[in-house]
Amino acid sequence: METKLFSFKGGIHPNYQKQLTQDKTIERGLVPDVVRIPLVQHIGAPATPIVKVGDHVKMGQQIGKANGFISANVHASVSGKVIAIENRAQIGGVVPTIIIENDGSDELDDSIKGYWHLEDLSSQDIMNIVHEAGIVGMGGATFPSHVKLSPPKEHKIDTVILNGAECEPYLTSDHRTMVEHPEEVVWGLKVILKGLGVEKGYIGIENNKPDAIQAIKNVCNKEQNIEIVVLETKYPQGGEKQLIKAITGREVPSKRLPSEIGCVIFNVGTSRAIARAIKLGIPLIERVVTVTGKGVKVPQNLLVRIGTSFEEVIKQCGGLVDSAAKVISGGPMMGIAQGSLEVSVTKGTSGILVLTKDEVAEMKPYPCIKCARCVDACPMGLLPLKVANTVQAGELDMAMEYNILDCIECGCCSYICPAKRPLLQYIRLGKAKIRSQKR
Amino acid sequence: MINNRLIVSSSPHVRSEETVSSVMLDVVIALTPALIAAAYFFGFRALLVTAVTVLSCVVAEYAWQKVNHQPITINDWSAVVTGILLAFNLPATVPLWMPVVGGFFAIIVVKQFFGGLGQNFMNPALAARAFLLASWPVEMTKWVDPFSNLPLLKTPDVISSATPLAILKGTEAAGQTMPSITSLFLGNIGGTIGETSVLMLLIGGLWLIYRKVISWRIPVTFIATVGVLTFIFGKDGFFTGNAIYHVLSGGLMLGAFFMATDYASSPVTPKGQIIMGIGAGIITSVIRLYGGYPEGVSYSILLMNIAAPLIDRYTTPVKFGEVKVRA
Repeated sequence: METKLFSFKGGIHPNYQKQLTQDKTIERGLVPDVVRIPLVQHIGAPATPIVKVGDHVKMGQQIGKANGFISANVHASVSGKVIAIENRAQIGGVVPTIIIENDGSDELDDSIKGYWHLEDLSSQDIMNIVHEAGIVGMGGATFPSHVKLSPPKEHKIDTVILNGAECEPYLTSDHRTMVEHPEEVVWGLKVILKGLGVEKGYIGIENNKPDAIQAIKNVCNKEQNIEIVVLETKYPQGGEKQLIKAITGREVPSKRLPSEIGCVIFNVGTSRAIARAIKLGIPLIERVVTVTGKGVKVPQNLLVRIGTSFEEVIKQCGGLVDSAAKVISGGPMMGIAQGSLEVSVTKGTSGILVLTKDEVAEMKPYPCIKCARCVDACPMGLLPLKVANTVQAGELDMAMEYNILDCIECGCCSYICPAKRPLLQYIRLGKAKIRSQKR
Repeated sequence: MINNRLIVSSSPHVRSEETVSSVMLDVVIALTPALIAAAYFFGFRALLVTAVTVLSCVVAEYAWQKVNHQPITINDWSAVVTGILLAFNLPATVPLWMPVVGGFFAIIVVKQFFGGLGQNFMNPALAARAFLLASWPVEMTKWVDPFSNLPLLKTPDVISSATPLAILKGTEAAGQTMPSITSLFLGNIGGTIGETSVLMLLIGGLWLIYRKVISWRIPVTFIATVGVLTFIFGKDGFFTGNAIYHVLSGGLMLGAFFMATDYASSPVTPKGQIIMGIGAGIITSVIRLYGGYPEGVSYSILLMNIAAPLIDRYTTPVKFGEVKVRA
């Protein structure tokens, strides 16, 4: 049936492990007694708190205000009383956090109203609503969506791509979103197309999700300007640059932005959030989280309020097994290992993955045997072994010559290395050193 | 409290199942068919020479690492691979002390002196073979016909028979008739222990490509280059060469699939690997057609080994995004 699969050069085929949750319907998660909502859940400046301790807030009420253009608003995910505003350890580090005691009423804020009629909205209106709603990229990058909706004038956008690749192993939140809410995903794309004044939209989905492809196709069969692109199942197919290449054949030039070659990418979950913000006026206060891995007793896809602790979420999934050893925010390839279960689910938390002791056994790095598997796997066409070696030898100039700054940190090189060398770790170290030298 | 025992480390959090040992073991598996063919054609003595070579390599590695207080890595199978490859480059008739000398030379001088696994700039087995050939040329070129009933422990006292390439070259063995192509393909000819059976080497080579241990780039370009050049520059004028004989004999299969693809001493870039294959093919053809030796595979690989770092340097792949920015 399938003719040509769209793809990119390089990449790996890890064990996807999606069967743990791919057929499980999204369940509504229990709302906790206390939510801890970080003011940094996005790339850019932290939001400024606009409530005080003791204030009563309603669900959906803005509690943090975007600080500048590249920043995002933050909203209360429950109704209740603000009991503290303090710095807390969260997924990416210690950040200011608003703690709300849930009164259990889920009383909606008065400001929330749906707009419904897309035809009545201008580009500027759409941008404003998305900005108001605090929507950021929900695939994990958490770049504020309103910024993407207002590209610089000199960048002529002609293509919008929805990213439904979900190439990270284990994660199925995008998959289930497409299967269960295809009309919202597609409607969100129409909003984005209108907002950017673009004709053509694509939805890229890996071919390991036939039910998602079918669901989206059913919704799109009358949409002339929306094309569903079936992608080869290969990591990192959902990497922004790889996805653009696979779908349009265009290559984002080194150190440039996708908008400079006319492309803007949104995650399918983000698209759905945008649809809900326009239709219902609901800001981004909950998201689908895949709770999975051998370390969780009952893996499932949960709709979780922002600010719910990992501990609560895991508890709802039957808790941890005895051999649980590593808790990761996100997928196994690019996710961040957490030292505590008190961290909160944020706008970018696509998954909580728990690996067991035997899955994370320490692997002793061996000398590089120059097998060149990392060269074949690197989706950026780099020589990871050389980049890592030069960093290890302290030769940062050479590392720059080997294009260390083009690395997208997908982790293919570390994954594929038979000598179990921490190649990406060396590359990250090198990048950090180079950045600090530049300052 | 679970929080106290959570492991925190840098992504990626999963790794492929492949290890250095599993890769090396795959090479050993790939060499097994040819070893069986060697035992069949040259008898148990071929197996004995191989065993002695492998043991020497492993002992040499162990001894070096022990003496230098380095971690012992003999269970990664890399010394075993070197041992089998070196044995495959020896005639079944060699006195048994020779593989011992060769094994120690390969592991200590060529591999460990330069930093051990992954650091050697030449293929250890080939460098050791070149060393033995230069030191004991008579013993190293005493070829016997298959099924010669070699004595097991005593050094066989036999009259050397000619290899197909020597006959082709028409030097030392003028007048002898060429074996049939079938014999060449199956390995029913004189030669070193592991080079004769094209069929068995092909099976092993394809296994390595199938298992993605090696890429097609070096072996295919190497063999194709030899085929094309030996056909074009034939003895009786252009386009008259006996390409089939050249391709099927003289260890080309062994060299192309198993020796030129040695990780440490061959280029890591895709383009570099193609240059390696073509370069080795050119040098092999030049030596065979115009040089003093009937055979050129080993020297061609060694020469290209030396060029490998330079080739890597000048064949850095075009990175993603190395395109013109749209105006």
